[in-house]
Amino acid sequence: MMINNVKNYIQSLFLWELLKGLHLTGRYLFKRKVTVQYPEEKTPQSHRFRGLHALRRYPNGEERCIACKLCEAVCPAVAITIESEPRDDGSRRTTKYDIDLTKCIFCGFCEESCPVDSIVETRIFEYHGENREDLLMTKEKLLKVGDEEEDQIAKDRSRDALYR
Amino acid sequence: MLEILYQFISEQVLSPITALIVPLDYQAQALIVLQTIIKILSVLVPVLVTVAYFTYAERKVIGFIQGRIGPNRVGFFGFSLWGLGQPIADAVKLIVKEIIIPTGSNRFLFVSAPVLSLAPSVAAWAVIPFDDTKVIANINAGLLYVLALTSLAVYGVIIAGWASNSKYAFLGAMRSAAQIISYEIAMGFALVGVLVAAGSLNLGEIVNAQSGSIIHWYWLPLFPLFVIYFISGVAETNRAPFDVAEGESEIVAGFHVEYGGMAFSVFFMAEYANMILIAVLSALLFCGGWLSPVQGIPVLEDLLAWVPPILWLLAKTSFFMFLFLWFRATFPRYRYDQIMRLGWKVFIPLTIVWLVVVSAMVVADVPPWFN
Amino acid sequence: MIEQIVFYLFAGMLVFSASMVVVMRNPIHAALFLILSFFASSAIWLLLQAEFLAITLVLVYVGAVMVLFLFVVMMLNINKVTVEEGFARHLPLGISVAVSMVVAMGLVVGSDYFLSERYTAVQQLDPNYSNAKELGIAIYTEYLYQFEIAGAILLVAIIAAITLGMSKLKITKAINPNQQVYVKKEDRLRIIKMQAEPKNKNEESDA
Repeated sequence: MMINNVKNYIQSLFLWELLKGLHLTGRYLFKRKVTVQYPEEKTPQSHRFRGLHALRRYPNGEERCIACKLCEAVCPAVAITIESEPRDDGSRRTTKYDIDLTKCIFCGFCEESCPVDSIVETRIFEYHGENREDLLMTKEKLLKVGDEEEDQIAKDRSRDALYR
Repeated sequence: MLEILYQFISEQVLSPITALIVPLDYQAQALIVLQTIIKILSVLVPVLVTVAYFTYAERKVIGFIQGRIGPNRVGFFGFSLWGLGQPIADAVKLIVKEIIIPTGSNRFLFVSAPVLSLAPSVAAWAVIPFDDTKVIANINAGLLYVLALTSLAVYGVIIAGWASNSKYAFLGAMRSAAQIISYEIAMGFALVGVLVAAGSLNLGEIVNAQSGSIIHWYWLPLFPLFVIYFISGVAETNRAPFDVAEGESEIVAGFHVEYGGMAFSVFFMAEYANMILIAVLSALLFCGGWLSPVQGIPVLEDLLAWVPPILWLLAKTSFFMFLFLWFRATFPRYRYDQIMRLGWKVFIPLTIVWLVVVSAMVVADVPPWFN
Repeated sequence: MIEQIVFYLFAGMLVFSASMVVVMRNPIHAALFLILSFFASSAIWLLLQAEFLAITLVLVYVGAVMVLFLFVVMMLNINKVTVEEGFARHLPLGISVAVSMVVAMGLVVGSDYFLSERYTAVQQLDPNYSNAKELGIAIYTEYLYQFEIAGAILLVAIIAAITLGMSKLKITKAINPNQQVYVKKEDRLRIIKMQAEPKNKNEESDA
């Protein structure tokens, strides 16, 4: 105990542990840097990446959403608003499908809960809005994203199907 | 080089101007005033530019230590130049930002607090010698003056914290006040050690007393004081690991939480100017200032004789400035009671003991330092 | 000429700030004015070429003592109303003290010792004249006993203050940082080697 105390005193007097710390960080100064130069370089994305939302269609052009409102119910941030009505042919469809991106936390629950794989989250993360309306995704906007990204979405879903 | 430029300016520019404007009786005095202003500017402008690029260096160094590359985008004329334009972009951004004065704050004190924190750290440069001859004011009590001015920097912090009328700011100010008082004593004792060793309060004479070779510098006989001085300097400038006054993880940003825009950046400048000041003082008092480290070594001394002395001072200062950044990247923040323990129970007894040792060495004329 | 202007500037500032110390209602403003008056008096000392004293005044009083003052005043947050209470009651006593102070000071300043012809103007000293050295020689030779006695008194005061402030009872549960800094990883953490656990059977069958 006594010897230990003396050893401790000497060590702290000569700042031994602080020098050890400085040595460690000093070595890191010359290590290889791992920064990703973002706009030019990008990190690989998972096929489960949760970015901007999209509404999908069936190959025949019919929208998948059946207005079951499961996503609206499960959404922890209450970001989804759905209104629905029977369409002329008798099928139930949404008249309004809004996702407020200022509320959304990108948890992916809507995607998990959807029985028809209609609402999905795409790999898009580089979007912006110049006013609040830009960040309110209406049904038209969501369908448009879905149409544009359908190839990528379908590929990602089929890759993930193995694990479901 | 610099002397020639100074001569040119004072003879070709200042003399004609004074001859034109000032009445004949006062021309000599007016010329002295103008020359002094030129001298002040020739120190102040490089210091402020260094402050700006010190922030850049800090981001780079800490980035490198953390495996990142730091700012590398903003450059000049379309060339990114490793991000060298970053400080200028930052300055422009901070200048055009709005300064918000909180309701319930003391308006006059709120506005004057940043100035109070910058002014002492800039004013202390008046007595810093860069060379045997290059010093603005070669006063006898230079060391004392520097110590007095560094102790004044705390007022900016306290007044800012109180005038903001905010609890976080107030907590930061109180912590800073207690911390600076505690470390000032250790710092003062460390400087007393230098004063005893050199037998002078004049910074130029202190440097000249260290001449001889690298082992004649005071870092060797005053080693504990040297370490304590630098660590107290880190504490005095409220830098990591002693930055409880800012403590962004516990009290948001401490004393300057209510400040924005230029008012904030003046605090920022003061902090960095203080760091540079502590670095240059460590170089002057303990590491031989402008003296060459190869002095007294037969061949190298002749080989490196062409290096102007000011470069040695700048190199030493840069090393200490780097230490500040290295510390920040390495050490986690001290807890408040640990800071107090270190200041009062470790540093002050150690300095007092070593003062006795130094005095004994001086009285006994211990070679090679005190004979 | 310039020296006179500077003197009157700082003398005026000194008188103004000293009176504001008394007049100000907010104790923090009063403390700040006290700091200003220290600065003004140190500037006047500089004019008298007593640079050591002037800088020491700033260093000790402004740099340390007043910071503690401000610290305490800010922490206590003194209520202004209670300060004003009992103004009329204490007025007679205050006036009598003030009058006696004025009389005493008048007697001292008006005495022969302070006649202006006894003093010559401050002579211009050599720039290499070191104030600190002269003061040191005076203190450590002529006034050594007084200096040592003052030091002993201060030491007694420090010890007395520490004893008063130190509570005998250990009532706080604060950690002693002195012991804490010596704690090593080995004292708190034990790393043991063990075999990896086999994967849960039930989970596997579910999957």
